[in-house]
Amino acid sequence: MRDERPMMNESPLIFEQSRPGRRNPAHAPEAPARPVDMPAELLREAPPALPEVSEMQVVRHYTRLSQRNFAIDTQFYPLGSCTMKYNPRACNTLAMLPGFLGRHPLAPVATGQGLLACLFELQEILKTVTGMQGVSLAPMAGAQGEFAGIAMIRAYHDARGDTARREILVPDAAHGTNPATAVMCGYTAREIPTDAQGDVDLEALRAAVGPQTAGLMLTNPSTLGVFERRIIEIAGIVHEAGGLLYYDGANLNAILGKVRPGDMGFDVIHLNLHKTFSTPHGGGGPGAGPVGVGERLLPYLPLPIVAREGETYRWLEESDRPHSIGRLSAFGGNMGVLLRAYVYARLLGREGMERVAEYATLNANYLMARLREAGFEPAFPERRATHEFIITLRRQARELGVNAMDFAKRLLDHGMHAPTTYFPLLVPECFLIEPTETEDKATLDAFAAAMAAIQHEAETRPETVKTAPHTLPVRRLDDVRAARELDLVWEGDEGKP
Amino acid sequence: MPFIPHTEDEVREMLAAIGAPDIEALFDEIPHTLRGADLSAIPAGLGEQAVSRLMRTRAAADRQPLCFLGAGAYEHHIPAAVWEITTRGEYYTAYTPYQAEASQGTLQLLYEYQTMMARLMAMEVSNASLYDGASALAEAVLMAVRANRAAKSRRILMPASVHPRYRQVVQTIVRHQGIELVSLDFDAGQGRLDPDSLPGDPGPCAALVIPQPNFFGCLEQVDALTDWAHRHKMLVIAVVNPLAMALLKPPGQWGARGADIACGEGQPLGVPLASGGPYFGFMCCRRAHMRQMPGRIVGRTIDLDGRTGYSLTLQAREQHIRRSKATSNICTNQGLMVTAATIYMALLGGEGLRRTAAACHDGMGALLHRLADVPGVAQHFTAPAFHETVLRIEGRPVEKVLAAMAEDGLLGGLALAPHYPALADTLLVCVTEARSGEDLDAYVDALRRALAV
Repeated sequence: MRDERPMMNESPLIFEQSRPGRRNPAHAPEAPARPVDMPAELLREAPPALPEVSEMQVVRHYTRLSQRNFAIDTQFYPLGSCTMKYNPRACNTLAMLPGFLGRHPLAPVATGQGLLACLFELQEILKTVTGMQGVSLAPMAGAQGEFAGIAMIRAYHDARGDTARREILVPDAAHGTNPATAVMCGYTAREIPTDAQGDVDLEALRAAVGPQTAGLMLTNPSTLGVFERRIIEIAGIVHEAGGLLYYDGANLNAILGKVRPGDMGFDVIHLNLHKTFSTPHGGGGPGAGPVGVGERLLPYLPLPIVAREGETYRWLEESDRPHSIGRLSAFGGNMGVLLRAYVYARLLGREGMERVAEYATLNANYLMARLREAGFEPAFPERRATHEFIITLRRQARELGVNAMDFAKRLLDHGMHAPTTYFPLLVPECFLIEPTETEDKATLDAFAAAMAAIQHEAETRPETVKTAPHTLPVRRLDDVRAARELDLVWEGDEGKP
Repeated sequence: MPFIPHTEDEVREMLAAIGAPDIEALFDEIPHTLRGADLSAIPAGLGEQAVSRLMRTRAAADRQPLCFLGAGAYEHHIPAAVWEITTRGEYYTAYTPYQAEASQGTLQLLYEYQTMMARLMAMEVSNASLYDGASALAEAVLMAVRANRAAKSRRILMPASVHPRYRQVVQTIVRHQGIELVSLDFDAGQGRLDPDSLPGDPGPCAALVIPQPNFFGCLEQVDALTDWAHRHKMLVIAVVNPLAMALLKPPGQWGARGADIACGEGQPLGVPLASGGPYFGFMCCRRAHMRQMPGRIVGRTIDLDGRTGYSLTLQAREQHIRRSKATSNICTNQGLMVTAATIYMALLGGEGLRRTAAACHDGMGALLHRLADVPGVAQHFTAPAFHETVLRIEGRPVEKVLAAMAEDGLLGGLALAPHYPALADTLLVCVTEARSGEDLDAYVDALRRALAV
């Protein structure tokens, strides 16, 4: 099954290509004419044992490594809740214009008016599209946005002397960052069950709220890929008990331009610009997690925020916002990511934003219909798909001994990245599938065909699926060994520090 | 519509397969009262040409002055190959490597990065990055409290010579976990901590934070400070400039036992100033504390055939497994910036980094030499410096001097008054290898002109 392709099957470390004395004189200054005039005890004895390779070797090595990756630019990537839509190249080019790229963060605001105009307008666009009253672009990732959101809820209750509120409620299907964030803000996380139709259990919620409730964290559509139909009631229950409502914006792509979290009753939200606003995932970051708030939480927004006064822009600081929860980064946040999101928002415009949710939802419902036709089992067959949906492979696991992990690995052999697997935890052997609006019908059909082919293989020669992938640079990796025999740093050349 | 490929025929076919009359029907589970969002405040979409024109005009406002500003973000030469390769679609548009077999490029690169970082810091283990230097310090503080159970303390000693914004960020992030940040004064003449002035009995503390260089560019006496902390059963958190560590003694070699955690801002390693971000935070630690370290970690393993491969490991620390018991809520790292830093470090090598750091220090010395002839300008602190130093200005308020230099097309430094009222007549100036001899002359001329008024 596996063909011998030397390029794909050997990958020495850059360290293994090192030769003592090899240098790149084009990049480092000459050796200084005189010895460094610093006390000897502060100096390093020998330079760090980094690779000694030529520029040609570096370029070849890291270019070849890149070819061992799946990416949106090369493969269909239907990872649920990750929103792997096309990353427009204009966003990259324009965010990296020299005037933005070479600018020091502490340069005078007088020469930063162009940058600040982009950031201010992004704040305004995000306010409008989410229905919130104020936005801060400071958080550097969704998880930092969540932290900011829960910290603001805490600041609000503390300011009112309402310190008995020690609990944050999270649905049992919530993303792991939600309870982790609650704990970081000094709360305990209490889980609320989900019912069989995929909605939060309202009775359980009613029983759980009280004077100890600081707030509820919710994603809508939920992590189960369905719309929380009774959100207005949920908001009422939490608000009546004196708690606040936090919106995890991971699934905003499902409703962008159609429904606004502010209108649903949320008091504070975070967005994931690396999902909904198409900034690149970069192999695991950087992202950006701006927060938006309703009237009550405006004083607490993290700094910095851009303000406009007449024709000029400036940064708001501690003296402007004495009740801010504070700063989350040394400088303003992930500026380059914010600029990419701004360019995307300007390219889309209001009509483009309205179309995002429409076509993301069309694609998800179409794919769900095709997979259903092929005999796969949606987790919530009576529900509409939102921008994503779940199928469960529990029947295949039980009857054929082929599970979701196996299907995922075999999809890689079809040249497609697998959907999200084993999240949310509530649905056994699940695939959370999010095609996004930028994929065409032929791609979706090809995915459905690939799944049908794997199903056939699972029935007729299951070993092929259980030992997949077969056509990638490596076969299935031993994760258990990776955790047990920890090899985190290369020691092959006994590298001296 | 930009980026949506569907033709009308395809939409019809798809709706037929679904069994829905139109796209609107697909939203029928959403209560009607929630529909009808008013987006009229959002401008209409622009074509790429129009957006390009808009952004070019805005970028041009910067005027690209000559930069002598540091204060946590530094201009260095970045070889062209670094971002050519980093912005390849296979790196740029890849996701977190959860399907390891399909992400061996990113995973192997991260393993190489971890190895390079550990060697640069002379520490045993590195993670695959955090968001930035300031939040990395916050995570290090949380980690030290978790790891140093024996101290039974939630107090952290934080020198006032640590970057003011870093101290603010740590405060914001740790405030709800019952952690007390105790400030340590620096010696007003030297501009750094004085080990002889440290308390004989500081009481139980989880850790001492040691910057190197500190915010003023001064070099701390890291051996004495590290040994003092260890004698008093504290962990040592080093917060360092990674480029400086190619020249200066790295945290793993401080004192008798070395620092326990090393963190800081990775921006100097191949990441442009970019108006403030994205940058990346790095964190290294002793093997003994590895399971308390936040963030992603890549490990080397084998596949079914015994072939070497790489995957995310020790995921039991992370939010998607431990949820409310996780070491941190961190999900993303700064993958793209780490890609650039790894390529940068491979291109320069250890000797290249050392020479770059030495050239920065040399440039600082050359500027001070020229400034010796300028009346009203003096070096304020006595401790040795890396590539930044504090200048005391007499004869004209610092803010006005800097404004005049900005008119002349130079960023002359950072006025320290807002963060350090006692240093009201001073500015923090930085010289890197990106500044030529002509640039230094231009600085001196501009400063003279600004003071001559």
